[in-house]
Amino acid sequence: MVAEKPSKKLFSVTLRVWRQAGPAAAGKFVEYPAANVNPDMSFLELIDVVNDGLTVKGDEPIAFAHDCREGICGTCSCTINGKPHGPGHGIATCQLYMRSFQEGDVITVEPFRAKAFPIQRDLVTDRAAFDKIQQAGGFISVRTGAAPDANAIPVPKEDADLAMDAASCIGCGACVAACKNASAMLFVAAKVSQFGLLPQGQPERDRRVLAMVQTMDEAGFGNCTNQYECSAVCPKNITHDFIARLNRDYVAALFRTRFQPVSNAGGGGG
Amino acid sequence: MNLLASLFQSSIGKKLLMAFTGLVLFGFVTGHLVGNLQIFLPPEKINAYGLLLESLGGALWLIRLFLLACVVIHIWIAIQLTIENRAARPTGYGVDHTSRATLASRVMARTGIVVLAFLVFHLAHFTIRIGHPEWSEHSYRLASGTAVRDVYTMVVQGFSNVGVSIFYIIAVGLLSYHLSHGIVSMVQSLGLKNERWTRGLEGFAVIYCWGYFLLNAAIPLAILGWLPVLSGLIHR
Repeated sequence: MVAEKPSKKLFSVTLRVWRQAGPAAAGKFVEYPAANVNPDMSFLELIDVVNDGLTVKGDEPIAFAHDCREGICGTCSCTINGKPHGPGHGIATCQLYMRSFQEGDVITVEPFRAKAFPIQRDLVTDRAAFDKIQQAGGFISVRTGAAPDANAIPVPKEDADLAMDAASCIGCGACVAACKNASAMLFVAAKVSQFGLLPQGQPERDRRVLAMVQTMDEAGFGNCTNQYECSAVCPKNITHDFIARLNRDYVAALFRTRFQPVSNAGGGGG
Repeated sequence: MNLLASLFQSSIGKKLLMAFTGLVLFGFVTGHLVGNLQIFLPPEKINAYGLLLESLGGALWLIRLFLLACVVIHIWIAIQLTIENRAARPTGYGVDHTSRATLASRVMARTGIVVLAFLVFHLAHFTIRIGHPEWSEHSYRLASGTAVRDVYTMVVQGFSNVGVSIFYIIAVGLLSYHLSHGIVSMVQSLGLKNERWTRGLEGFAVIYCWGYFLLNAAIPLAILGWLPVLSGLIHR
């Protein structure tokens, strides 16, 4: 817990939380008053405190997803006052502190809402659709063994920087949650670009983008309407320019694979 | 999937088709406006322009067919995308929050429907000339002596009706609003945008859309006699 400083004025808020007993159950908002809120508490710590109170009373605690609590794992996934990860910019829910709120605030907390992210319980959603997309192409195939020499393959600095930007995606799903159409384009764009920008990603480049987009479509995500709600809430500030790059890469892959010369190798050498 | 199936069935393919057909229609409405502005020149000009277009013969029909195909694909895919997008979020949020999606981007379907309604009316009114058989007669003689349809009088008579003019102004207003998102959006969908020139592109879209709306609106307003200088340029 955060050490209490005497200069900090404690305050009270009301949490209006989405409670849903299971995937098929009907959900509803339930209000929980929270007194003695320390402004230095994280938002997840506030839920911990409210849950302690619920447990003492014998009520079911609020189920919410969390793990590293330092903004790198992408597990926490609350929509706070309509905005995934809450009012901050470039942070995950676990990095949101109660000083962002004021005495008397009613804070509405909901799960990420998308058909492709079914609610398991309360604020917990199943984001396995992202895993399926990753399994379709979010990797490179390399020989294992001794570590290769550093810088054996030259990579332009600009490409390395961009690939790192894309690779900073933690796969939290806030882009889907914020999108008016629950589209996963920012996530897929980041994962496709992360490899597509580097030499190591070239052998599987076309296959990767086609397979990942197809898996994305099959998972029931919506379509991008270029409103950029996704990048506005991304805890890693990943730019929607990667979506333009994905569009370009996808159409190029379509044409490249379609009009590739057909090899007559593979017939065996007699 | 083969190429065509991927374009018509994948999410990115559909967005590419929306962008491409949108680009064609954007080009068309721009050219159409330039043609229309000849109403502020002597009647000879726009009537000769009408003859030029009609003299294209078979090519004109090919162009019309291509434009019709673009309209149909644009609408057909828009309907599919809208249905899919609604299905992708069956339960909405308790609190509605928008970070930066513009109002224009959120009402594309609604502005599009009004523009479509206007398009149908406009084709019936000026191209098929329902209710005005006299507009189909070759009643204007060009300086060269050729008798052509009097497009000039047709436009002036058409817009002398206040109701028609108001519908026209509303429709071009909503089309401009539709384009204010569409122009920027199609560049993104075609994969040709980045932050370095987004500001310039957005600035172009604002200037284009205001220009498109004001120049289009000037035509019926001038014909109705409501504009000080331009109304004087109309020949009755």
